[in-house]
Amino acid sequence: MNEQIQEVLALTNRWVKRLSREKFSMLFTLIQPMLFWLIFFGNLFQRAADVQVVQAPNYMSFLAAGVVVMTVLNNGLAGGVDLLFDKENGFLERLMATPIRRSSVILSRFLFVMAITGMQILVILGVAFLFGVSAETGILGIALILVLGMLFGIGLTSISMAMAFSVKSHGDFFSVLGFLSLPMIFLSSALVPLVAMPGWMQFFAIFNPMTWVIDAVRPLIISGWSEALPQVGIALVVLIAFDALCLYGGAKAFKRSVG
Amino acid sequence: MSAPAAIEVTNLSKTYDTVDAVKNLSLTVQHGEIFGLLGPNGAGKSTTLRILITTLSPTTGTATILGHDVVKEADTVRRLIGYVAQERAIDRFLTGREHLLLLADLYHLKKDEALARIETLLKLVNLEEHADRVAKGYSGGMKRKLDIACGLLPNPKILFLDEPTLGLDVQSRLNIWDHVRKLKEQGMTIVMTTNYLDEADQLCDRIAIIDRGEIRAIGSPKDLKASLGGDGIWLTLSDATPEALDQLTTALQGLPFVRGIRPRENGLDIRVDGPEKALPAIMETTTKVGCLLDGIEYHRPRLDDVFVAHTGRSLTNEPAPLEA
Ligand SMILES: Nc1ncnc2c1ncn2[C@@H]1O[C@H](COP(=O)(O)OP(=O)(O)O)[C@@H](O)[C@H]1O
Ligand SMILES: [Mg+2]
Repeated sequence: MNEQIQEVLALTNRWVKRLSREKFSMLFTLIQPMLFWLIFFGNLFQRAADVQVVQAPNYMSFLAAGVVVMTVLNNGLAGGVDLLFDKENGFLERLMATPIRRSSVILSRFLFVMAITGMQILVILGVAFLFGVSAETGILGIALILVLGMLFGIGLTSISMAMAFSVKSHGDFFSVLGFLSLPMIFLSSALVPLVAMPGWMQFFAIFNPMTWVIDAVRPLIISGWSEALPQVGIALVVLIAFDALCLYGGAKAFKRSVG
Repeated sequence: MSAPAAIEVTNLSKTYDTVDAVKNLSLTVQHGEIFGLLGPNGAGKSTTLRILITTLSPTTGTATILGHDVVKEADTVRRLIGYVAQERAIDRFLTGREHLLLLADLYHLKKDEALARIETLLKLVNLEEHADRVAKGYSGGMKRKLDIACGLLPNPKILFLDEPTLGLDVQSRLNIWDHVRKLKEQGMTIVMTTNYLDEADQLCDRIAIIDRGEIRAIGSPKDLKASLGGDGIWLTLSDATPEALDQLTTALQGLPFVRGIRPRENGLDIRVDGPEKALPAIMETTTKVGCLLDGIEYHRPRLDDVFVAHTGRSLTNEPAPLEA
């Protein structure tokens, strides 16, 4: 047990070091592109979006939940990239030739991605606050948003790592990533509430776990506890099922790749 | 029962999708020796090594390290070995020292023990000056040194080196040979792969010649060369028709000092006892038979000849030979 903690901490420390040495990555991790969605989309559609339809004081406050979960999506789906590079340049093999628990590499990645995601969520909520959007459910609500985000992030990071271990080349990896992320966003309640979507898009959005997470985060921001709690309950059920599925698939891909 | 060999490989095979990378390979490595796997690119050297260091599982067959099965007791095996990969597995964003600190944690060393050992290793491979620079700026030779320090960090019983001198300049190659010899003196068992003949010849106690996934010969370079039977004379003819070669072979076989004749490209490879009588007699016979001599080459048996004898082709990619 102590040995595994030593392993995970050392490996996580490596991810942190790598990020801190890449000045641009570091910068763009803080000033993430998702902020643009919040600022530009939020302000751009302020008048185009009907507050009756979005059921929020304004579009920015409606969009905040979507942007928070989109950040989780992006971080999660990209969470396996560094392992992909490690696999390709042989560093992963170096790690695997040492007497570590095979799971330590995976755990270090979860830990790192979750920490980054958590910080980014806070940055987004902070920027939203500057534009006058503050969470109705306060600090506790924000904590719950972080928990939901991390739970969703675990499943997504698993998918990403499974892909990293399975693909033959990193071109494949990035093609799939690029292909996945936009439909995930548009076929969810990130930009428009479910009820306002064309029927066929609504159909797909219902099967998108992202929709359920957003629908739980949104009332935590714009409504209050009484409306949020039932949604949070549903989201937790969805996320536990989603994570179980992704972790199972991820573990299989990992076993096949590194034994 | 006697103590287990350092490494015991039995009928090992590995098939990737459709490629048979390693076929039915068996060998034993003794304690304290430098054992070399010599073969061209794609021969299956790295694949064999990966199975031994537990990062790849064999399709069939078994391998044990100091008596421990590489599949069933992988974790035990990993605690006994060090590995230096063929690729420079370096994280360009970490400093040399950070690489070693990371590995120290992965081998579960205590902090002060780790720091002391890292200091010693950096000194050993001559990397102290650059230890706190990020590896992005390291030269090929420096990366290789760091790689080797990483392989030595766990203070392994057996060290695996995959093409340790590939692509290095002469000076760095010699340095690495020196390191390897010192490690052997300290009692370490070393398994290395190479496709350099001179490296196998001068550094390894025993070598296995491996080609297309199969072992063709095992032994000390000296024994392998001796087994060729005599010194070599290579004849090249300008009119090397099959008939002419046949005729010449028949004529030469009658000579008392000739021990064997094999065809080679545009000529013959003749094994003889010594040069004094053989050379003039062979030239005379060639003229008598009416063959036009284009070239003649005399040499003591070389590892390359061993390679040719066992695989039917030459391992031609070697760099300029080095003096030991
Ligand atoms: N991961 C892999 N997938 C498919 N084929 C591979 C893989 N690794 C090696 N091979 C093939 O197996 C053979 C042996 O390769 P390798 O062990 O790397 O040879 P060497 O180290 O002697 O150059 C080659 O034909 C190579 O193309
Ligand atoms: Mg190789």
